[in-house]
Amino acid sequence: MMIELRDVCKTFYLGESSVQALNHVNLTINAGEYLSVMGPSGSGKSTLLNMLGLLDRPDSGYYGLSDTDTNQLTDNQRAAMRSEYIGFVFQAYHLVPRLTARENIELPMMLAGISNGERHRLSSQAMQRLGIEDRAHHLPNQLSGGQRQRVALARAIVRRPSILLADEPTGNLDSHSGIEVMELIEELNRDGITLLMVTHDAVLGARAPRRIKMLDGTVDEDIIDREVELST
Amino acid sequence: MVNIADQVFFCWQAILRHRFRSIMVLLAISIGVASVVVLTALGEGARQYVLGEFAFLGKDILVVLPGKKETTGGLPPIMGEAPRDLTLDDTHNLGRRLSSIDQLAPLIVGSAEVSYDARAREVMVLGTTEAFVSLRSLRLASGRNIKTDDFRRDSNECLIGETVKDELLGSISATGIKLRIGDYRCRIVGVLAGRGDAMGMNLSDAIIISVASAEKLFDTPGIFRLLVSVKPGFDIDSVKQRIIEVMTDLHQGEEDITVISPDAMLATFDDIFVVLTLGVAAIAGISLLVAGVLIMNVMLINVSQRTEEIGLLKALGASADDVQRLFLLESIITVAVGTGVGWLSGWLLVTVGRELIPNVPFQTPPWATLIAIAVALLTGLVFSWLPAKRASELQPVTALQKHK
Ligand SMILES: Nc1ncnc2c1ncn2[C@@H]1O[C@H](COP(=O)(O)OP(=O)(O)O)[C@@H](O)[C@H]1O
Ligand SMILES: [Mg+2]
Repeated sequence: MMIELRDVCKTFYLGESSVQALNHVNLTINAGEYLSVMGPSGSGKSTLLNMLGLLDRPDSGYYGLSDTDTNQLTDNQRAAMRSEYIGFVFQAYHLVPRLTARENIELPMMLAGISNGERHRLSSQAMQRLGIEDRAHHLPNQLSGGQRQRVALARAIVRRPSILLADEPTGNLDSHSGIEVMELIEELNRDGITLLMVTHDAVLGARAPRRIKMLDGTVDEDIIDREVELST
Repeated sequence: MVNIADQVFFCWQAILRHRFRSIMVLLAISIGVASVVVLTALGEGARQYVLGEFAFLGKDILVVLPGKKETTGGLPPIMGEAPRDLTLDDTHNLGRRLSSIDQLAPLIVGSAEVSYDARAREVMVLGTTEAFVSLRSLRLASGRNIKTDDFRRDSNECLIGETVKDELLGSISATGIKLRIGDYRCRIVGVLAGRGDAMGMNLSDAIIISVASAEKLFDTPGIFRLLVSVKPGFDIDSVKQRIIEVMTDLHQGEEDITVISPDAMLATFDDIFVVLTLGVAAIAGISLLVAGVLIMNVMLINVSQRTEEIGLLKALGASADDVQRLFLLESIITVAVGTGVGWLSGWLLVTVGRELIPNVPFQTPPWATLIAIAVALLTGLVFSWLPAKRASELQPVTALQKHK
């Protein structure tokens, strides 16, 4: 799925003051790419990712997903697109505290009306892939940070989305489990998923073949490693 | 589209696993509904109780009491000029002279020690005539009424209340047994059923003897009250007037009695009825308000927690409609269960209250129950479902960030 942003703007208003979180952002991302998004706090990284994930609407500009103008879609159609094509991983995990690991992973499939048997099969597969199958019946508060993020990751990929958006997925993890989660995410990219990852960690950010730096709501730097570009 | 089974399961889990939250909502709603049910039952019970106090006085019964009630608020009689007694002879003459009078029940009331074998008990003694039983619509548990063909003559027949019977005689058959009341001896001919109480008299704890015997027993020349029933077809107010005329004539031209008609009696208490009815309505209103605020607060506490979850569900691909269905079902379940529990516990409390205090007919008026349930359902749904609906219409990221 190709992603295309043209002159996308987003302003937030807080009382008297306003912040231009995205300021005429132009960005084209091809299917299967792996981008890291870096930049100082408040530069608009999360806003960009939310926009791409159809979690928010831009004030102006064009956002096309495989040539579909997402601004023309109704909220229900956007929900359907999120359900079909997009996986999200948040820094704060956002697991439903009352649901077990397996129930959390099955949540997107339940919302999509997928049958019980299929849900069970796919969630088992995802848990196995992420090495948390023995945590299926644990509640989020019985899991470590790394395990929680794996559950969140399993939930994000269980429906095999085309795009995975990760907003500081390792931000709450120690460096060891951070690297582990990173490797799992990168492995998904090798399987063909488009990957956008926001990170504060320069070492982790440097692993991506394409690296974007945000500054004051604009894309300040967009660096693509040549050999990777050639190989794709 | 979430399928129905999943929807039910999801809500059920939300209710069960957020036990504290669910219990708070349930409690708020149940307390609200129960308080309306109980408080209005108290108010209505008090109202019915006061009403019932007068119900025994049929529409065709007049009460005659000795002494002139000064409606002008004059000075009480000066020393030695106590109101002249109303005697049994007066009663007899009144009955003879007025053909509009059907039955007469003069009353002499006192208390005395009644004994049987070695057992004795202080009870209320009521001297009256056989007419008393029908005028007060009393029922007999066993035996028959006393006979007082000429009420100026002694009779040794008596009726006893159920409590007196139980405590003095136990399980043996009462009819025919002779009791002693001081020097006076009487023979039980019947036992009164129930309490038959009104105006502070509990007849289950009383013994009824002939009025002439009571006059001797208490050594009193005058009677306490005279109940008069008017023959059908006569105007009660003109009979009242005639009674005053005849009594004035019998008492050498002095008007020294008071006659009370049921209308006059009820009119006196009219204000009280209005106050009591308004009181019930006010109580219901206040408890509904309290219930509403209670429910509202508990629901609002949950909003931020719910909003975050709604944002997440939407981020995971749920549509606004999906989210609304999920939360509507949860609201309906908790609110309905809360309302049911509240109604049931209120009803139980009212029932227990009726058992404990049988003379007050505690009962929730149907309109109060209906309004309580309607208000609970409405506030519950409005304050649980409306925020959920609003959150479902936000952009997912806005809902997700709401808890911060
Ligand atoms: N919901 C919001 N309301 C108001 N301001 C917001 C909101 N979300 C983000 N902002 C502001 O927009 C700017 C960009 O935020 P964000 O994209 O979260 O930055 P980053 O993720 O790069 O730290 C910041 O100044 C932030 O305060
Ligand atoms: Mg951020």
